[in-house]
Amino acid sequence: MHRRGVGAGAIARKKLAEAKYKERGTVLAEDQLAQMSKQLDMFKTNLEEFASKHKQEIRKNPEFRVQFQDMCATIGVDPLASGKGFWSEMLGVGDFYYELGVQIIEVCLALKHRNGGLITLEELHQQVLKGRGKFAQDVSQDDLLRAIKKLKVLGNGFGIIPVGGTYLIQSVPAELNMDHTVVLQLAEKNGYVTVGEIKSSLKWETERAKQVLEHLLKEGMAWLDTQAAGEPQYWLPALFTELYSQEVTPEEAREALP
Amino acid sequence: MDRFVWTSGLLELGETLVVQQRGVRLQDGEEKVKFDTGVLLLSTHRLIWRDQKNHECCIAVPLSQIVFIEEQGAGIGKSAKIVVHLHPASSNKEPGPFQSSKYSYIKLSFKEHGQIEFYRRLSEEITQRRWESMPTGQTIQVKDSRAGRVRAVGIVGIERKLEEKRKETDKNISEAFEDLSKLMEKAKEMVELSKSIANKIKEKQGDITEDETIRFKSYLLSMGIANPVTRETYGSGTHYHMQLAKQLAGMLQTPLEERGGIMSLTEVYCLVNRARGLELLSPEDLVNACKMLESLKLPLRLRIFDSGVMVIELQSHNEEEMVASALETVSEKGSLTADEFAKLVGMSVLLAKERLLLAEKMGHLCRDDSVEGLRFYPNLFLTQS
Repeated sequence: MHRRGVGAGAIARKKLAEAKYKERGTVLAEDQLAQMSKQLDMFKTNLEEFASKHKQEIRKNPEFRVQFQDMCATIGVDPLASGKGFWSEMLGVGDFYYELGVQIIEVCLALKHRNGGLITLEELHQQVLKGRGKFAQDVSQDDLLRAIKKLKVLGNGFGIIPVGGTYLIQSVPAELNMDHTVVLQLAEKNGYVTVGEIKSSLKWETERAKQVLEHLLKEGMAWLDTQAAGEPQYWLPALFTELYSQEVTPEEAREALP
Repeated sequence: MDRFVWTSGLLELGETLVVQQRGVRLQDGEEKVKFDTGVLLLSTHRLIWRDQKNHECCIAVPLSQIVFIEEQGAGIGKSAKIVVHLHPASSNKEPGPFQSSKYSYIKLSFKEHGQIEFYRRLSEEITQRRWESMPTGQTIQVKDSRAGRVRAVGIVGIERKLEEKRKETDKNISEAFEDLSKLMEKAKEMVELSKSIANKIKEKQGDITEDETIRFKSYLLSMGIANPVTRETYGSGTHYHMQLAKQLAGMLQTPLEERGGIMSLTEVYCLVNRARGLELLSPEDLVNACKMLESLKLPLRLRIFDSGVMVIELQSHNEEEMVASALETVSEKGSLTADEFAKLVGMSVLLAKERLLLAEKMGHLCRDDSVEGLRFYPNLFLTQS
């Protein structure tokens, strides 16, 4: 009587079977790669058709751009990952955002000496629009945020900090932890903050509040006003744009890059 | 400006609103007039201007009076304008704000932009001359037999027309949106397929050829799908990135030499994209290409400092040697901040700071960290023990 499944023979047969499965596995992957290649070509055609009908819509309509980006994100596709991607090539979205990235970098660099590398999204928006000129394509704040998210990968410290109803954009590799962020948010209301306010709003000890404020001072993101009535006030230049009459011209921005 | 007539601003029967723009100033030829801030409306028949502050003040000129139009670009302190050349006013023209004018053209000054769209629409209307086929009359009530409703004019009429226009825009958007949804469905299929292939690759660590992996990665790149396979020789690099790396090596040699052999990746990004003008690189493209520089034995390399700052250096550049000269400079001046050092040496503040930090890490410099900033001193603990 043969006992099935035991003995050297069985083991050898098993190994052979496994090897055959693996082989099939390779063949399956190859098949799928070929299938993907074919589907990719089809998709490219579909995208070309879409582009011929709606490329202008994406170019001109910021809301439609948002829809487009959100849908891409939902399915796990990043249309801005590479300039070589289909989306970028056919819809032209790439060039739009990558160029915006350059403009954002230039504006931030030009204003860094003033605000220590922190700027409100509003001011960034205004300055970028100015630099682009009146006949350039319209750019929304959402567009700026998406461009900034892409810039982070260059190791330049770009960050987005939610404050009040808007955002502060960080453009220097300074370490800003939760404590710093929370104080920035507190300062957003009036453009400045005091140790007393921090203690009463956030219930921190004096030492902790002082450390955070000193860090911001060191980084050039906060300025100290010791002549204020009451306690010294720590102002954020990023938040008081109305006080500046000086504007950054595109030439200044370009020269700011060494 | 003598071609304009006073009007109520209400659209007449058969007249449709095409586009409107706020913040428009009228000029009589080269001279400014009192019509400073208004809403400019373009209809199929007329160009209407209504004062934003005083809605009673409303003037119009028939499109048939227009000979031709030109664009005038914006300048410093000047808004973009459209110049409208007009036929002489007809003798039986209704009363208007001006009896006579020495100019045969007017200028529309767009203080709040919108000139691109307006010019386009105005050109269209002048070309199509819809006023000829849609004669307007006094306000008459007409029964719309299809809807069985009375087609009112006046404010309600304008509102209806705006609503129709909105619906049409919506229709265009919803068609675009529908097409987009269908496209996304197909894209989703691609994502699913790529996931399944990625799983196969993970399972078979080593059984899939290098070639197939590279093919797969390039498919992912085209679709913008993140690479799920972590075992990598070149990161997310593909043939494209290899080519790019070689291009960069050629392109950056001179700029690097001009900048002391080192540049931040952000600078490189701006430099390269400004030079390209079109078909720009994404930040990720740049990083992926730079990651391949060393393995491709190119004369540049990517370096990442502790702070996360990324730079490109010439192979011949030795940051550690630069530290020695940095130490000299700091010693000469007693102490320096990153800003001061940057100015002295002619570097960007970002890279100056990294050099000083590196010098500190190597033990050559000491820091003095105060609210006045970060200042570096020669490390006397080391030299004067």
